[in-house]
Amino acid sequence: MRNSIKFLLGSEPRELSGIDPTLTVLDYLQQIERRTGTKEGCCEGDCGACTIVVGTPDGDRLQYRAVNACIMLAASLDGCQLLTVEELAGADGKLHPVQQAMVAAHGSQCGFCTPGFVMSLFALYQETDTAPEVEDVNDALAGNLCRCTGYGPIITAARTMHDLADGPDKFEQGIKTTLEALRSLADEETIHIQGPDGRVLYAPASLDALADLLAEHPDATLVAGATDVGLWITKALKKLDTVIWLGRIAALRGVRETDAGLEIGAMTTYSDAAAAIAALYPDFGEVIRRIGSVPLRNVGTIGGNIANGSPIGDTLPPLIAAGATLILRRGGTRRSLKLENFFIGYGKQDLKAGEFVESVILPRPAPDTRLYCYKISKRFDQDISAVLGAFSLKITDGKVEAARIAYGGMAATPKRASATEAALVGKAWTRETVEQAVESLRKDFTPLDDMRASAQYRMQVAGNLLLKTWLESQSDGADGLETRIMPTRETANA
Amino acid sequence: MPDDMNQIKGGVHQAVAHDSAARHVSGSAIYVDDIPEPRDLLHAYMGMSDRAHARIKKLDLSEVEAAPGVVSVLSARDIVGENDISPAHTKDEPVFAAEVTEFVGQPLFVVGAETRDQARRAARLAKVDYAELPAITDLDAALAKKATVAPPQELKRGNAAAAIEAAPHRLSGRIRTGGQEHFYLEGQIAMALPGEGDEMRVFSSTQHPSEVQQSVARVLGLADNMVTVETRRMGGAFGGKESQPSLFATVAAMVARDAGRPAKIRPDRDDDMIMTGKRHDFIIDYEVGFDNAGRILGVDYKLASNCGYSADLSAAINGRALFHLDNCYYLPAARMKALPLKTNRPSNTAFRGFGGPQGMAAGERVIDEIAFALGLDPLEVRKRNLYGVGERNETPYGQIVEDNVIPEIIGELEKSADYAARRREIAGFNEKSPYLKKGIALTPVKFGIAFTARHLNQAGALVHVYTDGSIHLNHGGTEMGQGLMTKVAQVVAEEFQVDLEHVVVSAARTDKVPNTSPTAASSGSDLNGKAAQLAARQIKDRLTAFAAEHYEVSADSIEFLPNRVRVGNQEIPFPDLVQQAYMARISLSAAGFYKTPKIHFDFETGQGRPFFYYAYGAAVSEVTIDTLTGEYRVDRVDILHDVGRSLNPALDLGQIEGGFIQGMGWVTSEELVWSDDGRLLTHAPSTYKIPTCGDRPRDFRINLLEGAANREDTIYASKAVGEPPLMLALSVLHALSDAVASVGRHKTCPRLDLPATPEVILAAVARVRGEAQDD
Ligand SMILES: Cc1cc2nc3c(=O)[nH]c(=O)nc-3n(C[C@H](O)[C@H](O)[C@H](O)COP(=O)(O)OP(=O)(O)OC[C@H]3O[C@@H](n4cnc5c(N)ncnc54)[C@H](O)[C@@H]3O)c2cc1C
Ligand code: FES
Ligand code: FES
Repeated sequence: MRNSIKFLLGSEPRELSGIDPTLTVLDYLQQIERRTGTKEGCCEGDCGACTIVVGTPDGDRLQYRAVNACIMLAASLDGCQLLTVEELAGADGKLHPVQQAMVAAHGSQCGFCTPGFVMSLFALYQETDTAPEVEDVNDALAGNLCRCTGYGPIITAARTMHDLADGPDKFEQGIKTTLEALRSLADEETIHIQGPDGRVLYAPASLDALADLLAEHPDATLVAGATDVGLWITKALKKLDTVIWLGRIAALRGVRETDAGLEIGAMTTYSDAAAAIAALYPDFGEVIRRIGSVPLRNVGTIGGNIANGSPIGDTLPPLIAAGATLILRRGGTRRSLKLENFFIGYGKQDLKAGEFVESVILPRPAPDTRLYCYKISKRFDQDISAVLGAFSLKITDGKVEAARIAYGGMAATPKRASATEAALVGKAWTRETVEQAVESLRKDFTPLDDMRASAQYRMQVAGNLLLKTWLESQSDGADGLETRIMPTRETANA
Repeated sequence: MPDDMNQIKGGVHQAVAHDSAARHVSGSAIYVDDIPEPRDLLHAYMGMSDRAHARIKKLDLSEVEAAPGVVSVLSARDIVGENDISPAHTKDEPVFAAEVTEFVGQPLFVVGAETRDQARRAARLAKVDYAELPAITDLDAALAKKATVAPPQELKRGNAAAAIEAAPHRLSGRIRTGGQEHFYLEGQIAMALPGEGDEMRVFSSTQHPSEVQQSVARVLGLADNMVTVETRRMGGAFGGKESQPSLFATVAAMVARDAGRPAKIRPDRDDDMIMTGKRHDFIIDYEVGFDNAGRILGVDYKLASNCGYSADLSAAINGRALFHLDNCYYLPAARMKALPLKTNRPSNTAFRGFGGPQGMAAGERVIDEIAFALGLDPLEVRKRNLYGVGERNETPYGQIVEDNVIPEIIGELEKSADYAARRREIAGFNEKSPYLKKGIALTPVKFGIAFTARHLNQAGALVHVYTDGSIHLNHGGTEMGQGLMTKVAQVVAEEFQVDLEHVVVSAARTDKVPNTSPTAASSGSDLNGKAAQLAARQIKDRLTAFAAEHYEVSADSIEFLPNRVRVGNQEIPFPDLVQQAYMARISLSAAGFYKTPKIHFDFETGQGRPFFYYAYGAAVSEVTIDTLTGEYRVDRVDILHDVGRSLNPALDLGQIEGGFIQGMGWVTSEELVWSDDGRLLTHAPSTYKIPTCGDRPRDFRINLLEGAANREDTIYASKAVGEPPLMLALSVLHALSDAVASVGRHKTCPRLDLPATPEVILAAVARVRGEAQDD
């Protein structure tokens, strides 16, 4: 057992013990460090004012990723290098190329969003060697809201920041030292933080340790990326008694190729899962690219999305349509079930006390089968779906041989469109068939009706998406006609 | 000669960076929350009403008082002075609801505790016993009820009814424009520090320090001179910090006074959005008569605005909506009425454009309707209706449009944006593309510059020159990102002919420059720039007189050259001259005062000259919509905008681009959704969607109108730029409308209400297609 978390703040080692298990990184910075450069604009991961960069060892380099400090548990800094906007300038006060580019491009007006943009740009700077494409900039900045500039000058800054570099920056120069310092922090101990009023946090480093802990504390709150749990803390002001943070368990992370398909560990972040998924299912890759924003995808996990079981969880319809299987574990026992059977009702999943999601298996596409996915939202980037449709269709000789269709936003859970599927299978894959099948959607669904969209809109769009699927299956872009407002990006770089 | 001998660095018309840019990017710019916290600081949080309209039978705060860390709990009965923070002192806006609550989110009490977390938790523990009263929770209900927060207003020219009646063509309709949340990135915040005796010092994120000062004094029962308010910068405001900050400053000061300790309040984003006012949503009914060429002969507008529960600034906002119904178009006969309606919602307030955008949206809708009715290109109808030069140039409120550059702007833009060719290409695209459709539109803007409340058109500035030649500048304007401090400092640098780095700008403070107007109505640099110029000139005059006497030369042989002064045949470095003047006991400090000339308006007759001048611009937008989902993207936007002779082209371009994108949010994705019982459902960025980076037009070209010196005597012939560009975004709405219309072969006017969300677009596509099939 270790009773503290250890990390680097810039280049300085930090060790925290006895902290509140639900202390966020933002509160840590503002209240404990009194560093005020990192701003709070929403405290729910949606504005990017609090963007910081976290460095983790990745072989002989450091991977720098932008994350939102406002909903991130301070405990999850363990073993990382934390960079805030105050770290970027040189000791002599010389601005980092990213900062210089922002000044030169007039990228700040009121300046309140600016530290967050600077940090997102800094992460992009570390990831690229030359001017990034506008599309990549848009993607990298989708999580940063600016109400003043209209973004143009910030995009210019992103496109010119590399030009202002004079050699490797101080982070690149100091990489060896940083890596050594971070390696010296790593261990296999379970972290045990005893917080105020008896509240505790555990961070086990192995699956077995997790299984044991959960057996001991069956009502503990599991925390993965905290992109849901974080809001319980900042908005609902929940005081969680026992928190188990899953971030130290290497076995839960990553995508493995198996005979059955891709086995995606529950703690695999969207960012880490994106490429492998996109390689098999480009449309699914695009869905992942449109989940939240880069900082959110850098921490939010596939397992968290599944366990949370929201009717508007974006990975769920594509996973269901692709025929994914869920692996659950409790103590020493594992069980598997078809993902669609996991969702019982609104906010109710087939997860027993002491059980956790270990992985999900995504089968490879069957021959002649293609998965079409469409996410429809009020705003294109960084928005929650009004409707998400996923259509896995096997068409042979102009006939629908198999169909697995699932929607989000259309019921209390992500759900298969069984009646609609039945209306398609065995029929000729024609517009008439599709138009008839659309009628069955009413049997399958009673859509949500809320501030994102009306039930009527959702129902109409759900039908139109099936039609769109048919249209796209007919043209395959050969006639040069666009079918989507934003075409699927070739590489879903999350 | 070195460069700095030829021209100063950072004078007027130069594209210098924002004075705080380096601090912004380093995280070292200080906002209220970043001020080092004083010892013993208390954190305040407010408890809010949960009912739209109810009698408060009992407010039980015992659990709040008993909560951990709580030091002070105050409600209406603890107010020593007046329980009123209404900006015009109309006494309809209490700090805390006393007997009746009038909207969900209305403050009931404040709690001060040792930590913000404790205060926030404690604020949730109140037990309130309500007796519900009938509530008016939306504009339709308000229109039925016709309860107002301010008197109805009317503007008239000629006999509109007769003109409409006699016109060859007539049509009528209704447009709805949605509200808009400011979504300043830095939320409302204030910190109050008790001083000696009754003194109270307040740091507030406000556009209007003087009003905060007056509110705090009034509520605490003090004279204004006991309260000092300071604002270094805001993290965005957009009108949302014109009258709204009074509440936060006041409750912080109440806690500070009660506990004798400093107190800070910073609401969570959701609470900020729930408690504070927004842009007014409007319903505008129109009836227009026009000739065969599409020229308007007479028009009748009836405006209904959702003001929320109190007057706030709604009267002036309704007035500005009326003043902008004409936009760039000559209305031979017009009757325009505005009803400022009361609802049980937070009191709607100033927002960039201040009613102008809503009025203009209706004016542009009418043009669109005429175009569809006659089968003309809307741009053609726009051009036929433009104000003339020297004729057809009187507005419905009697002001002559003397500085009309809109025909020129439209002509240039049409050419540079290749409007005609693109319209043809788009028609071709739409022929071939069955589901994605494109649309294009050009819309102009004419925006009146000046506060319509005449007394606000005044400003003061204070300039000190220190003996080392460095200059300290203070004025009544506040910095919210627009670069006002930079522009005014450029003016002062220009006056003294010193490099900009020698001029330091300082926080707005009510004890330095008193009785200030809000930094609003786009007037910040017009007013404060002039005031600072006048202050600087006094010192300059004294320096000149001193030098003439001291060096025994004539005053006209003295010239302020870059960083030096020519006195007769010699050149003296500026600091040296200053030092000499000091030794000769010359005052090196001056206050400048400016008031805008020429403006007057008679509210009784609805006639006069409310505006000093107009700012103009136009935009062409091209969009693509998906007729299966209602989604869209903005493909290209071309803007040509008139800023007079720009004081700082970089900052002006920033205002134009930022204003446009903010306006685009208003017309597209920014949708405020309320429940039937008056609850805001979109109270966070997760549900309220302002534009992101990717929403920016793929191809975005912005140009400033060349050679366009302001014809009025403004500061260095520049024009105001804060608000006008927002309305350029109506071109996006009209491009969407054009794309939707294509599914009905341009026979039916899509009549898009705004915000035109994907849902609205999809519904319009269905309607337009349906109507096309019907005929
Ligand atoms: C700004 C923002 C934007 C968002 N945008 C989107 C979006 O576009 N699309 C979308 O689908 N979602 C979106 N979300 C929601 C969120 O990202 C997802 O629900 C996310 O997948 C949750 O993953 P996490 O790792 O953060 O889970 P956490 O928040 O850590 O946990 C979520 C829930 O799952 C449980 N849990 C986590 N891991 C396990 C496990 N291994 N076994 C059992 N239980 C577990 C937790 O106890 C908790 O109940 C957004 C959220 C935010 C804040
Ligand atoms: S504060 Fe808005 S994302 Fe963190
Ligand atoms: S500069 Fe003000 S929000 Fe971006």
